[in-house]
Amino acid sequence: MSGKVITVTSGKGGVGKTTATANLGAALADFGAKVACIDGDIGLRNLDVVMGLENRIVYDLVDVVEGRCRLRQAMIRDKRLPELYLIPAAQTRDKSAVSPSDMVRLCDELRPECDWILIDSPAGIERGFRNAIAPADIVVVVTNPEVSAVRDADRIIGLVEAEEKGPARLVINRIKPEMMRRGDMLAVDDILELLAVQLVGMVPDDESVLTSTNRGTPVVLDGKSKAGTAFRNIARRLKGEEVPFMNLEEDGGFLSRLTRFIRPGGS
Amino acid sequence: MSAKVQIKGIRDGLLVSLGNGSWGELRPLLLEHLDQQASFLQGARLALDVGSLALKAADMGQLTKEISDRGLTLWAVVSESPATERSAQSFGLATRLAKPTMERSAGGEAAASGEENAVLVRRTLRSGASLAHFGHVVVIGDINPGAEIVAGGDVVVWGCLRGMVHAGAQGNEQAVVCALDLSPTQLRIAGAIALTPKRRGKPQPEMARLVNSQIVAETWDLKRERV
Repeated sequence: MSGKVITVTSGKGGVGKTTATANLGAALADFGAKVACIDGDIGLRNLDVVMGLENRIVYDLVDVVEGRCRLRQAMIRDKRLPELYLIPAAQTRDKSAVSPSDMVRLCDELRPECDWILIDSPAGIERGFRNAIAPADIVVVVTNPEVSAVRDADRIIGLVEAEEKGPARLVINRIKPEMMRRGDMLAVDDILELLAVQLVGMVPDDESVLTSTNRGTPVVLDGKSKAGTAFRNIARRLKGEEVPFMNLEEDGGFLSRLTRFIRPGGS
Repeated sequence: MSAKVQIKGIRDGLLVSLGNGSWGELRPLLLEHLDQQASFLQGARLALDVGSLALKAADMGQLTKEISDRGLTLWAVVSESPATERSAQSFGLATRLAKPTMERSAGGEAAASGEENAVLVRRTLRSGASLAHFGHVVVIGDINPGAEIVAGGDVVVWGCLRGMVHAGAQGNEQAVVCALDLSPTQLRIAGAIALTPKRRGKPQPEMARLVNSQIVAETWDLKRERV
């Protein structure tokens, strides 16, 4: 078995890289694969918090790289999904504690035992980003329907191309269908026209993401959440399945469909 | 003067070649040239070809400092003189350009620094990408916001131009910029600057040029241009 390395990155901070990593990891593990999530954000770690594993950390990524422990010792098994592991980042160090070649070596060690290795990249285009991108087989760029986030995504996609990491794949997070319909939010088509990369997922803005993040339980395990379903679909697309994009318009019942029917051109 | 100092683009940055003459005579010419082209060279990595000139370590030290004062980086000094090579190495400078680089630059030798020289770029320039060329620039692809092109001559974009473009950067007022969708964040031709006005309707191919030192963009009307 030779695992694939997926790096989740964005350039801009706060668009949902960590949430996406945690949820894609959980979804892939829930489908039966063995998954290791690596927090690349040394010094500002929070993948452990989002996955609800903060209190179990004994060894971290830097301990592995500097040889203070074996790789297995730093792998924390998830509470609910026995095939999901986390390798946390060190909080007391910074990005320069690890080099891109360290990350490549680490991932090569993980590849034989795991199906998927997910790396949560820090924001920015400096050392931390270089570390996260170095071992990647697939790069997933997360963006929001905001001009600034899309601009940064464009820059990141350029850097990924320059590193010859293949065409990046795009996840548009925090879509508000209502605002998009009114034309108050950057439309998906406009984003795709500018970035010209393959779209692998659209995630609606969903309050359940925030509550589950705070609780440390991935939203994909919540069957009712729309965002959870969206992340599940992304995981299936990364596995190579053809999954149609779901309709993000909330079906507000007969009345809203009727009003839309009465006001043509409102779409 | 320009025969003494020639600059051309190579894979690793820019190659500055000096003509014949003594160092005392060439050094001020070189610095003057760098100052004149300051906006063009901005942050460039320079390789210097001094021919058979012998440079002492002190000269080399002074030169690296003067070049870095201008915000440029000198990374290599190429010379036929062993003395120059030795003093360059003592400052940690490379003395050889990579093989493919030499081949590439040899191809462009004929029109070394002339404006008739054009580059063709067959990809989209994304945010953060920057392209500077002394001649014309032709892009098949888009120029996204945050990307920039600085050209000595014309700029032609077969695609959507949304970034920053400076045509005629060395003062050529005849330079033009055309694109299938001309909506740059900022457009400069020679010394003039313009912003894109709010678009009405569908994007159309346009050409921008200088008319009485004002940038004017006109839609490319096939029928009218033919008449």
